[in-house]
Amino acid sequence: MFAKKSKTISSWGAVFAWAFLAGLLALVAIQLNSAQRGVLTRGEPAPEFTLTTFEGEVIGPENLVGKVVLVNFWASWCKPCEQEAAALQSAWELYEPRGDVLFVGVDYADTQNEALAYLKRFAITYPNGPDLGIRIYYAFRARGVPETFIINKLGEVAFVKIGPFESLDEITMAIDRLLEP
Amino acid sequence: MKSLAVSLLLVLMLGIFVASAAAQEGGPTPHPDEVNAIARNLYCPVCANVPLDVCGTAACAQWRQQIADLLTQGYTEQQIYDYFVQQYGPSVLATPPASGFNWLIYLLPPAVVLLGALFLSRGLLNWKCKPAKRQLAHKKSAKDKYAQHLEDELRARR
Amino acid sequence: MVADLGFFALLTVFLLALYGCAAAAIGIWRRQPAWIGSARMATLLSFPLLTISALALIFSLINLDFNLEYVASVTSRSMPLYLRATALWGGQAGSLLFWSWLLSAFASAVMLRDWRRDRDLQPWVIIVCMVTLGFFLSLILFFENPFLRLWQGVTGTVWTALWQPAGAQPYAPIDGNGLNPLLRHPGMVVHPPLLYLGFVSFVIPFAFAIAALVTGRSDDRWIRLTRRWTLVAWLFLSLGNLVGSRWAYDVLGWGGYWGWDPVEIAAFMPWLTGTAFLHSVMIQEKRGLFKHWNMLLIILTYDLVIFGTFLTRSGVLSSVHAFAQSAIGPLFFLFIASTLIVSLFLLSRRWQQLKSETRMTSLLSREALFLLNNFLFVSILVICFLGVIFPLASEILTGQKVTVGPVYYETATGPLWAALLLLMGVAPLSAWRASTARTLGRAIWKPLLISLAVVLLLLATGMRNPGAILGLWLSAFVFLVTLYEFWRGAKARSSNRGENIVAAFWLLVVRNRRRYGGYIIHLGVVLIAIGVIGIEFFQLETQGSLAVGERLELGGYSMEYVSLAEFQTADGRLVDRAVVNLYKDDQFLRQLYPRRDFYFESQQPMNIPGLYSTIESDVYLRLVDWEPVSAQSATFKVYLNPLVNWVWMGGIVFMVGTLVAAWPERETVEMAAPARFRGRPAEARG
Repeated sequence: MFAKKSKTISSWGAVFAWAFLAGLLALVAIQLNSAQRGVLTRGEPAPEFTLTTFEGEVIGPENLVGKVVLVNFWASWCKPCEQEAAALQSAWELYEPRGDVLFVGVDYADTQNEALAYLKRFAITYPNGPDLGIRIYYAFRARGVPETFIINKLGEVAFVKIGPFESLDEITMAIDRLLEP
Repeated sequence: MKSLAVSLLLVLMLGIFVASAAAQEGGPTPHPDEVNAIARNLYCPVCANVPLDVCGTAACAQWRQQIADLLTQGYTEQQIYDYFVQQYGPSVLATPPASGFNWLIYLLPPAVVLLGALFLSRGLLNWKCKPAKRQLAHKKSAKDKYAQHLEDELRARR
Repeated sequence: MVADLGFFALLTVFLLALYGCAAAAIGIWRRQPAWIGSARMATLLSFPLLTISALALIFSLINLDFNLEYVASVTSRSMPLYLRATALWGGQAGSLLFWSWLLSAFASAVMLRDWRRDRDLQPWVIIVCMVTLGFFLSLILFFENPFLRLWQGVTGTVWTALWQPAGAQPYAPIDGNGLNPLLRHPGMVVHPPLLYLGFVSFVIPFAFAIAALVTGRSDDRWIRLTRRWTLVAWLFLSLGNLVGSRWAYDVLGWGGYWGWDPVEIAAFMPWLTGTAFLHSVMIQEKRGLFKHWNMLLIILTYDLVIFGTFLTRSGVLSSVHAFAQSAIGPLFFLFIASTLIVSLFLLSRRWQQLKSETRMTSLLSREALFLLNNFLFVSILVICFLGVIFPLASEILTGQKVTVGPVYYETATGPLWAALLLLMGVAPLSAWRASTARTLGRAIWKPLLISLAVVLLLLATGMRNPGAILGLWLSAFVFLVTLYEFWRGAKARSSNRGENIVAAFWLLVVRNRRRYGGYIIHLGVVLIAIGVIGIEFFQLETQGSLAVGERLELGGYSMEYVSLAEFQTADGRLVDRAVVNLYKDDQFLRQLYPRRDFYFESQQPMNIPGLYSTIESDVYLRLVDWEPVSAQSATFKVYLNPLVNWVWMGGIVFMVGTLVAAWPERETVEMAAPARFRGRPAEARG
């Protein structure tokens, strides 16, 4: 087939045109594929991230090793986030003494003044920091706020919550399951 | 004389007060038009393809306030863009930052147009220079004849 | 019950589409016209059946049959009747059904024409139409079925299924989710259908092009057969885009009508190739040149249509236009890729046969200028395509998300638009085949001189912006040239035939619809260009917080804040509506009511501006913010959009022109045409 074509069109032009077309299609295919993947799902390894908290403390992968980590994406302009803020803080107070559970609040696309006011309003004490350049959010392939990912001690995503937690129980049930063995 | 001293003192005190207030605030509150002029070149980080100056959500109002705050603190326009990029990534800029791979978007359009123009002019000149191999008789339908007639009339009339 | 009927009709059409393809193929293979006749019947039958299906869905929407998942997701009790009916295209599944319905209508209409001269093309036209229809129907049947029902199991869980699952009871929510607030606007009643009509009708010329490629007919028969289809498709596409712009202007509160959103561009790209195609087919008809090029353009147009549909529905791009995330993306992608590859392969096989019949003889001839026109349109297309695709490339290759905003498109395409305007002025004065600088110069100098007077006038009024002066000069030039063409033609006719000038003018247009319809379209484009120049170069804006009684000034107008009221509406909105007195030079004009609607269901705000519209400018007032409760002060943003109404006026002229060009010619041609030319579409030269 191609031999025939090289007779009809100048062969380099044809090769170039088809290669260009293939490249374009590949580009769209890759993008489509990533658009189709959706949020991180259970069992996938959690992406590594480094977060500098509002207090200036740095939380990196080394701080998360061997711990159950709850990563909560929120923003001060997000109304549904307020529904779960108190429950998250209560849960943190429950687990903080154990030492093997860590809560990390990732403040997505927010302004600092309003974010700090929000933390103060809900008296949140677990580490929170801005997601600079919105990198962590994209690494988790999150699709909105609030979204919460719980990572087990092996560093795998073990629980995904899209939208706010309904109650304290919902949080503790998800975490306790990962602590028992 | 005494009243002059008092008023001088008052002016001085007022001056100090204003100066200290300005030092705290960093500068006068910017006019909304100044804020919008900058917001226009930024995109809302969380909505799809909406410039910040016309975005109606609560989040966008916060970002516009942020621009106003930064202006008050004496940030220049470029520093504000840089701040937004650092906070929310380069997709907040209305056009990609001119660096690295992004140069392509600035170079490709003129390159494509120039290349196309080159190609076209070469093709046209070739075409014109070579004598036609087989100049088919001009295709004529009845209406073409009429149109040709009209064209001739027009030409005759200049 | 009604929904079941709709579903079965849908399923039948899908089977018919498969059968139609197979029957047409067998007919070609065995050379048996009976099979092709049968395929034709299948095509004809698809329309009434899909009509039943679409009507069944519309019936369910109007009657709020919330048992249907689709109905529950796009309607609610508070929605007025017309919005319930138009919710047919308010969601993914329904709009796919609507798309298919239109396609079946067009395919059936095409089957009703007289095929005696084109027997060889017919089966291939059927195959292309039915493959496209079958593809869309398969999306509906297997992924986005609007007739799925909601069922509730004993445990209370609700799921969707077509048939009653064991132990489940039908379930219907008390109320539906309602239509996306952005779509609750009368503009939404017309914008999507117009756009879809434009999209879908391009399938027909494409089908003929493919048929010509496969059968190896290298003449321009396929172009002549589909010329009016193309014009009508192009008209709908143009109107769809224009109405969409108007809707954005009225509803989105940007102060403008075109935001260079990727999805806007996706609808704009087939328009660009379609416009190039409309011009370049004339060269093939007149001179037998550029046959490859026309094929390529129609293939591109078809695939850009599908690509545009794909972009909005696949989640590849995020946009105000995007439908909810959906699983149909990969299928769409495969369809685009395969149709593109197959058509281009067919084209490359026929490359030799499609050589031009003649050669270009003059660089200033009409055909050379049309070629330049095509070059400019395709350049604009490439720039737009780059802008859409670049963020994807950047994200994949560098991991960096970037935005390509209006500045890019405006700076990159601006000079090209200006060049197109210039061409629009020059090309009508040049002749086919041979045109020299001398003949062209003779025709051009009068309008050119008068248009330069316009420049002087602009300079005298104090305009100094070089871009705006250039644009307005070109607009004036094109306008004058076009009027000059009408005048020249009418005068020639009147002196040659002794008709009075009015009659000569009328007959000139009526007897040369394609040519003069085209010129009317050019006039419309000039008006649109003037409007665009006005808003691009001279838009003013300001923002300010006003206490009650205070005023905001802009460009001679002043806006006085009177009051603000907050209330809830029955359809689930919280409305904050300001009352503002508008003055010009201290003369009270009228009250404006900019408002913000907040939709509880979707948590979405919408800013509806207050508009004061005149021929010279629009005052566009937007409510930005206000003091809660007391409403003692409020913040407004006001735009002064000069000449923006010219865009809409231009749109109307444009539509009239296209209708003139596409109007079927009924009367016999005056110059004793042979009988076989009667009843064929207008073929006067353009």
